[in-house]
Amino acid sequence: MDIEDVENLAELARIELSGDEKKEILSDMKGILEYVKQIEKVKMPIRQLADEKNEYNNLINVWREDKIESREFSKELILGQFPDTQDGFLKVKKIL
Amino acid sequence: MIDLKNLTIKKARLALDAGEFSAVDLAQTYLNEIKNKNKELNAYLEVYNDVLDQAKVADDRIAKGESSPLLGIPLAIKDNILIKGKFVSAASKILANYVASYDATVITKLKKQGAVFLGRTNMDEFAMGGSTENSAYGVTKNPHDLKRVAGGSSGGAIVAVAANLALGALGSDTGGSVREPAAFCGIVGMKPTYGRVSRYGLITMGSSLDCIGQIAKNTEDVQIIFDAISGHDVLDSTSITDTTYPKQIFNKELVIGIPYDLAIGEGVSPEVRENFTQAVEKLKKLGFKTKNISLKNLDMSLAIYYIIMPAEASTNLARFDGVRYGLHKDGKNLLEDYMFTKGAGFGKEVRRRILLGTYVLSHGYYDAYYGKAQMVRNELKKEFTKAFESVDFIITPTAPFVAWKIGEKSDPVSVWLADIFTVTANIVGVPAISLPSGFLEIEGKKLPLGIQFMASHGREDLLFEISKRFEEINEK
Repeated sequence: MDIEDVENLAELARIELSGDEKKEILSDMKGILEYVKQIEKVKMPIRQLADEKNEYNNLINVWREDKIESREFSKELILGQFPDTQDGFLKVKKIL
Repeated sequence: MIDLKNLTIKKARLALDAGEFSAVDLAQTYLNEIKNKNKELNAYLEVYNDVLDQAKVADDRIAKGESSPLLGIPLAIKDNILIKGKFVSAASKILANYVASYDATVITKLKKQGAVFLGRTNMDEFAMGGSTENSAYGVTKNPHDLKRVAGGSSGGAIVAVAANLALGALGSDTGGSVREPAAFCGIVGMKPTYGRVSRYGLITMGSSLDCIGQIAKNTEDVQIIFDAISGHDVLDSTSITDTTYPKQIFNKELVIGIPYDLAIGEGVSPEVRENFTQAVEKLKKLGFKTKNISLKNLDMSLAIYYIIMPAEASTNLARFDGVRYGLHKDGKNLLEDYMFTKGAGFGKEVRRRILLGTYVLSHGYYDAYYGKAQMVRNELKKEFTKAFESVDFIITPTAPFVAWKIGEKSDPVSVWLADIFTVTANIVGVPAISLPSGFLEIEGKKLPLGIQFMASHGREDLLFEISKRFEEINEK
């Protein structure tokens, strides 16, 4: 990992970083990756892939009925949290 | 004058019902104590201005002959659990002025019982840390030695209870954030089975790991809080029912499994090892059978955790973009708004974890890190299921060392090592509880030590049973 990788990650994560911080994060990341890399050493049995699939099949999706249930929310309270509003709507910058 | 030091939720209930003191008296006594001590300890970020009103409502209900375990009981709430109309910031600048627009399910349940919320407590920003040093609002201090950390991330909630600034508290536990500070401050903290307590209204960190935890001075009180807030909730799709995990009985008598390789292994301080060994001896005297167990991938827990947690956190925290709520920093365009808002709003540890999570999920690294961690996690789950066929509990120390001095650990990995015993319960989803197990005297201060019990999925009842018996013998 080098400083360009950090810059790339920061851009992917949409976080503005200062030059000093990039250096600091680079050095932290090296230490962290060094530690978590030990996971590579774990040998997985070959049956793993088939098993994994079974296990995911055992997981179930949690659905609810597609009907509206009334829940109390205060429009004012939610609007109050928006950084910017207009006519009772959230106002955002234009995207394109 | 109410003796807060020896007061428990159970005792307060009896006194409130008998009219020995009122809920208003009790709340006022806590408010006075908070006024005296909070400046120094920094446990509360905000004390609510309607505490006495809440207590008055509780008194009216008591006067009408109502009683429920938490009616009129003053509690502290971690700053990542939503109470409608109150500020909730996850100790982050990005949510500094955010007001919750709904109640978390746990809050709805506590309100129904008539609990009194004293205020919101300090934490590591977005629950990322083990010392509360990562709060944007200053560190919380350990009441046993003000130079030391309280642990974290639920440091404020733990200190509120440990320093008699609340009778009980709710925290959150993603990798030990309730249990580790409980051990550092000498009280009881529990992480329930994944899904047993609804997380609707908890500000998320790692969704496959997060649990709302119970904090009190003893097991009986922890159980009272757990009973009040647990149960299936349609608003949380990961919520489980009482029958999700059938209660299987494998042993005639209760057996404690001890993973000695890890429990007294490398990185564990000699004092912790000695205390742990003594705790095991005490349990043997109580008649529990013990068995040495060895789990193949147990030593991978921390590596699994520090891949999966940041991956999930980086995804969850993407929502804080300065558009719908929280801090907004204006740039030339929408992209700059995002970059500036996140850059200014998130603290160092949060940024570090978001970047780490982004990295382990990114193309080219996903299989080596995230994919592999998920596989090893599944293996570890199987190993635990297998282990719980021959033992009823797994015991370890709660943390490998006592609370460290504020500012002493600056390297992130050295702080993360504090979670070595606690993360496993989150990875496999089992319940775990930390209990005080003694003290270590350093520089004239008595620093608490803790032990941790884990049980199989859905077996909080077994944890309560063994904890109560351990408390009896440990107090002697």
